[in-house]
Amino acid sequence: MDTSRQRGLVAALRTFLPEQAVLYREEDTRPYECDGLTLFRQLPMVVALPETEDQVRRILQLCHERQVPVVPRGAGTGLSGSALPHHAGLLLSLAKFNRILSIDPRARTATVQPGVRNLAISEAAARHRLYYAPDPSSQIACTIGGNVAENSGGVHCLKYGLTVHNVLRVRGLTMEGEPIELGGLAPDAPGLDLLALVIGSEGMLAVVTEVTVRLVPVAQTARCIMASFADVGEAGDAVAALIANGIMPAGLEMLDQAASRLVEPFANAGYDLDAAAVLLCESDGTPEEVAEEIERMSAVLRAARATRIQVSNSESERLRFWAGRKNAFPAAGRASPAYYCMDGTIPRRRLGEVLRAIQALEPKYGLRCPNVFHAGDGNLHPLILFDDADPDSVARAEAFGAEILELCVQMGGTVTGEHGVGVEKLDQMCSQFDRPTLDTFLAVKNAFDPAGLLNPGKVVPTLHRCAEYGRMRVQGGKLSFPDLPRF
Amino acid sequence: MDQALSQLCETVRAASASRTALRIRAGGTKDFYGNTPQGTLLDPRSAAGIVDYEPTELVVTARAGTPLAELEQLLAENGQMLAFEPPHFGAGATIGGCIAGGLAGPRRVSFGPTYGGVRDFVLGAKLINGHGELLSFGGTVMKNVAGYDVARLLAGSMGILGVIVEVSIKVLPRPLSHHTLRFELSEAAAIDRLNEWAGRPLPLSASTWHEGTLYLRLAGASAAVSAARHQLGGDHIDNAEADAFWNSIREQTHPFFAGELPLWRVSVPPTAAPLSIDAPLLIEWNGSLRWLRTDLSAQQVRECAKRAGGHATLFRGGDRSAGVFTPLSPALATIHQRLKAQFDPAGIFNRGRLYADL
Ligand SMILES: Cc1cc2nc3c(=O)[nH]c(=O)nc-3n(C[C@H](O)[C@H](O)[C@H](O)COP(=O)(O)OP(=O)(O)OC[C@H]3O[C@@H](n4cnc5c(N)ncnc54)[C@H](O)[C@@H]3O)c2cc1C
Repeated sequence: MDTSRQRGLVAALRTFLPEQAVLYREEDTRPYECDGLTLFRQLPMVVALPETEDQVRRILQLCHERQVPVVPRGAGTGLSGSALPHHAGLLLSLAKFNRILSIDPRARTATVQPGVRNLAISEAAARHRLYYAPDPSSQIACTIGGNVAENSGGVHCLKYGLTVHNVLRVRGLTMEGEPIELGGLAPDAPGLDLLALVIGSEGMLAVVTEVTVRLVPVAQTARCIMASFADVGEAGDAVAALIANGIMPAGLEMLDQAASRLVEPFANAGYDLDAAAVLLCESDGTPEEVAEEIERMSAVLRAARATRIQVSNSESERLRFWAGRKNAFPAAGRASPAYYCMDGTIPRRRLGEVLRAIQALEPKYGLRCPNVFHAGDGNLHPLILFDDADPDSVARAEAFGAEILELCVQMGGTVTGEHGVGVEKLDQMCSQFDRPTLDTFLAVKNAFDPAGLLNPGKVVPTLHRCAEYGRMRVQGGKLSFPDLPRF
Repeated sequence: MDQALSQLCETVRAASASRTALRIRAGGTKDFYGNTPQGTLLDPRSAAGIVDYEPTELVVTARAGTPLAELEQLLAENGQMLAFEPPHFGAGATIGGCIAGGLAGPRRVSFGPTYGGVRDFVLGAKLINGHGELLSFGGTVMKNVAGYDVARLLAGSMGILGVIVEVSIKVLPRPLSHHTLRFELSEAAAIDRLNEWAGRPLPLSASTWHEGTLYLRLAGASAAVSAARHQLGGDHIDNAEADAFWNSIREQTHPFFAGELPLWRVSVPPTAAPLSIDAPLLIEWNGSLRWLRTDLSAQQVRECAKRAGGHATLFRGGDRSAGVFTPLSPALATIHQRLKAQFDPAGIFNRGRLYADL
């Protein structure tokens, strides 16, 4: 680390930030060395914790002037290393931007600072019988700024849309410290839809300082069906059959047998442990609407060879059905020293095929891989269980993950449905996109941040990196090159 | 790459090399929209046809030149629809023009769970850029955050970033039942009522207010529609009459849209109070879209829209010298210019159609 550069930056920051808002000693910056993807770690040169937009603007201007890379960070729950610090950069924590600025029940909007937790918005809106629909499993912890950056999804997104469908307006600053407003409360903001670009841009186009989200009315009631299947393929076909019958469940999630067995001791959800797959299928709306829909759903599931169907008869039973799904990650954390969560999306009709292919890979890598995921959207979350204290196990987990992602691309899908590319999936971006398309992503980055200082090196692989990756794949898989530098 | 696409790439490369402005035009049904087009005609309809449609995936992929009517017919045969109910504005409308124009119809309301504007349903797109390269963004799956969401950026881009040659769109099942109600209400009361309803879990799918009458369309599961009908009251309109009415709003064949007076499209937050301009008015989208017929100056209309928290587009007719779209802030204008320069370095695509300097 260039300590004189570090000292100079700290001194300059302290001219407008309080002392405790600028961290640089290793023991203070250590907590920021990784996000939720702990396989990648890097200490930043400096951490700044501003609390006003003006402070953020000055930080950006200063860093722009000194050519210091800036990595924004919310709660650090991201799962692709997109908030991984830059060794010579400033880690910009938005954690102190945690105020809900206004809730307008009449217009059904909430305007919040970026560090507000996802769930806090729904909690604050609850007294108006409104809520913010996208509900990532991490919603107690993750921030709306992080959600905007990742275009996060959740169980409700099948019916209610992703972050991009529920954010109306974003205020932010470019790397040059220039304020911008994207979208708006009035529909169809003039010009190109830059809001659509910034959502899901992993903090590389602008630092988000304020977000207005759409709130939707809380459904009067919800009921959940828990259906068992003797075969993962049949469960996959049942998902397709529901959609084919014009049904749009409020949630449609799947746990394979390994996942049910993993979570059941932890959550006591009552999952059928003999079933090859369990589907959770929810209906919400008015009581009449839900009764009608549950009937239709049950009929389709039965026709799709469900071996057992249970319908929740009370709110507590419904929550119990979901308890296992919601606790899958903690359960994986308890069952194994570490787990690696993948995030590919595939066409729904390939679900069975892909799940079986993943099962078949388990012996190849000597690792277990339960699956619990957003089946309705075809968004897989294979959880590779491994031992992070054993370098060989780590390498096998990474290689297993990479193979799963390649499989998703081959199936006509994508390497990431909601967790982002970050630093984790740079290689697989080379498989999914051709060079001119990747260059266009770089061009977009360039239009917002010509100096290339905002969260550099994420999402878009360089030409050189893709060439290396291509060569490795030709030579027979990356396991043979475990010591090749990754980034 | 097939012949039609390689031919288009070739045409673009040649135009780039000679810096020949290209005016991308398919059916020409939206010639009236945007600033005056210029350049040599480029007809993208050589790339046409459904590429892939799997109803269980809720996605259709089509070449840009596919007639919108053909696409909607195919979806209807499978009990599905384009949820943003795009206007055709003529028999020649294509799906490419529909995406590039970014115009949604009555069903695009700012409430209701699964509805939204054009961009909300775009999953993927293929584009020929200014270098004549064929690029592919997004894909055909519901969730995809690999790379920036350039496919959605193309919705409403008015062709300034390149030739859209293929799109993948999320489609939705057609609602099982629908029902239109009519209420006699003043403008202010209608706006009020619409916002109040939108905050309740009701299956609202379209609204139009004009000359003291509010039309409200409910759509969804039969139980939900009939429950809402009883809660809301109002007069029921026969389904055939209602379909014709909604179609006249969607296609602007309703008498409000006739005549020569300039037509302004004023977008505001749904709760905005009645605008201070006294002119013939038709309100859609739960109060957030207000159509005005007025020959007031662009400045006057835009100021009024701005005071209401929105912006105004000169949709048809009128004096277009001030530009039909609301000008951008300097910071956004800079980003627009840089994006344009990256996608289209020779500046050949639909020059000036969105803004004079793009
Ligand atoms: C147990 C667990 C479960 C999860 N479940 C889900 C799930 O169901 N669905 C899902 O989609 N994700 C899920 N995630 C992933 C993660 O929670 C989301 O990606 C979340 O949106 C990240 O938010 P964050 O505040 O933690 O952001 P961070 O991890 O801090 O940052 C994520 C990205 O956002 C950028 N960023 C953060 N704030 C800003 C800002 N203000 N301006 C600009 N850029 C910013 C960062 O630079 C980084 O690129 C899960 C994670 C965990 C650990």
